[in-house]
Amino acid sequence: MLQITDLHATVSDKPILKGLSLTVNAGEVHAIMGPNGAGKSTLSYVLGGRPGYEVTGGSVSFEGQDLLEMEPHERAAAGLFLGFQYPVEIPGVSNVQFLREALNSQRKSRGQEPLSGGEFLKLAKDKAALLKLDMDMLKRHVNVGFSGGEKKRAEMVQMGILDPRLAILDETDSGLDIDALRVVGQGINAIMRAPDKAVLLITHYQRLLEYVRPDYVHILSQGRIVKTGGPDLAQALEREGYDAVMAHA
Amino acid sequence: MPEAAALPTRKDEAWRYAAVEALQGVPLDEWRTITVARGDAVRECVVVEDRADGAEGTVLHRLRVTVREGARCELFAVVAAELYARVEIEVTLGRGAHFEFGGVTVGGRDTVREFVTRVVHAEPEATSNQTVRSVHWGQGTGNFLGTIEVARHAQKTDAAQSFKGLLLEKGASVNAVPQLEIFADDVKCAHGATVGQLDEQARFYMAARGLAPEVARRLLVQAFIGDAFVALEDEEARERMMHVALDKLDKHL
Repeated sequence: MLQITDLHATVSDKPILKGLSLTVNAGEVHAIMGPNGAGKSTLSYVLGGRPGYEVTGGSVSFEGQDLLEMEPHERAAAGLFLGFQYPVEIPGVSNVQFLREALNSQRKSRGQEPLSGGEFLKLAKDKAALLKLDMDMLKRHVNVGFSGGEKKRAEMVQMGILDPRLAILDETDSGLDIDALRVVGQGINAIMRAPDKAVLLITHYQRLLEYVRPDYVHILSQGRIVKTGGPDLAQALEREGYDAVMAHA
Repeated sequence: MPEAAALPTRKDEAWRYAAVEALQGVPLDEWRTITVARGDAVRECVVVEDRADGAEGTVLHRLRVTVREGARCELFAVVAAELYARVEIEVTLGRGAHFEFGGVTVGGRDTVREFVTRVVHAEPEATSNQTVRSVHWGQGTGNFLGTIEVARHAQKTDAAQSFKGLLLEKGASVNAVPQLEIFADDVKCAHGATVGQLDEQARFYMAARGLAPEVARRLLVQAFIGDAFVALEDEEARERMMHVALDKLDKHL
């Protein structure tokens, strides 16, 4: 589904990704862990196409298409979802309007009919319930006045509504208390655990991985994947720390 | 030529950013007067848009409003004309009266679109609230020259003025000139002016959810100008004003 080959990228001319390679197949959940400054967020932004993140080498193919050639909104329409570490507030635009426009834009570019207001509201209600987010929150402006945990749950509601093929979730677990972490973890499983979907979880901590069991765990350090293992690798990291585990690498 | 002599120049404070050269042949001394009787309420919407007949020309609206004791006047305006357009409002407020103004200038080309208001708090306890939003591109210019005068005995005056400019392209500009002349001591007068571009973070966030750049921009502009019509309770009128403004954006003229 996603094939990253020898990816190099810079931010403000500073090299951050230095030859990163990774393959994610349909049906798989991959976790990327790594110390601060390793390039985890840069990886997610490069895949999402954020301006200012410049690819200087390598290739990324998504469902057989050259991802790097696509505009950010085209990547979304192709089935890529980027869960933000810091979801953006958009005053004056309601969640409902934002998400309906987003979904219908994606549907249009896939040649599908737009959803009516009623159909959309029903869908939004289902997904909000799944994430235990009050439907009234969706009538409010996008992320404005939301707590950190509410923003992350709202991100997952968005993911549920947009129903992507590949979700790249950048520290979706940060800012969540224990109960919210469980709800979000279960939400990710309900929305994304399917044979034709895949998840790339970027995280600092092992705790989200107790709810969303990864098939592969990768350690990202200094812009490259330096070690790959199963769920036991995440446990080893939690127990021993990055330095000790990478010393064995 | 007496007409030419009567034309204002940019040295006049109230015409400082005006397209004075476009005033040639435009009758300048035509003021429309509105008087709101004691305890009454009046609402007016002014729309200046491209003329359907294709005829071009400067549009000048000059309004002189008197709001008597305890009365209320609400004015809303959208200036989306193709050529120089100016809406000028002079308001005199009686005791406990209220004046509400929401205005939007929007457009490109090399056109100047402007609001010039003078709100006179002549008596105590009156309130006024003005919200102007300007969205421009090309070499378009949006101006808001807002004067608030508070007479010596007009205590407990509460006046507010807010201006925000949004520039979509390099070359566009806005000018904000708040002017407060306060002769009473127990008053509240708030004013604020900012100018900026579209929020890049919001644009990327919206793109990451699948919104094409022009759709994201339209939503952000809609949210931005919406502030000016928050106080307009007539939903149909509000939608009409928003439609005129967003239509201008869609046509990118």
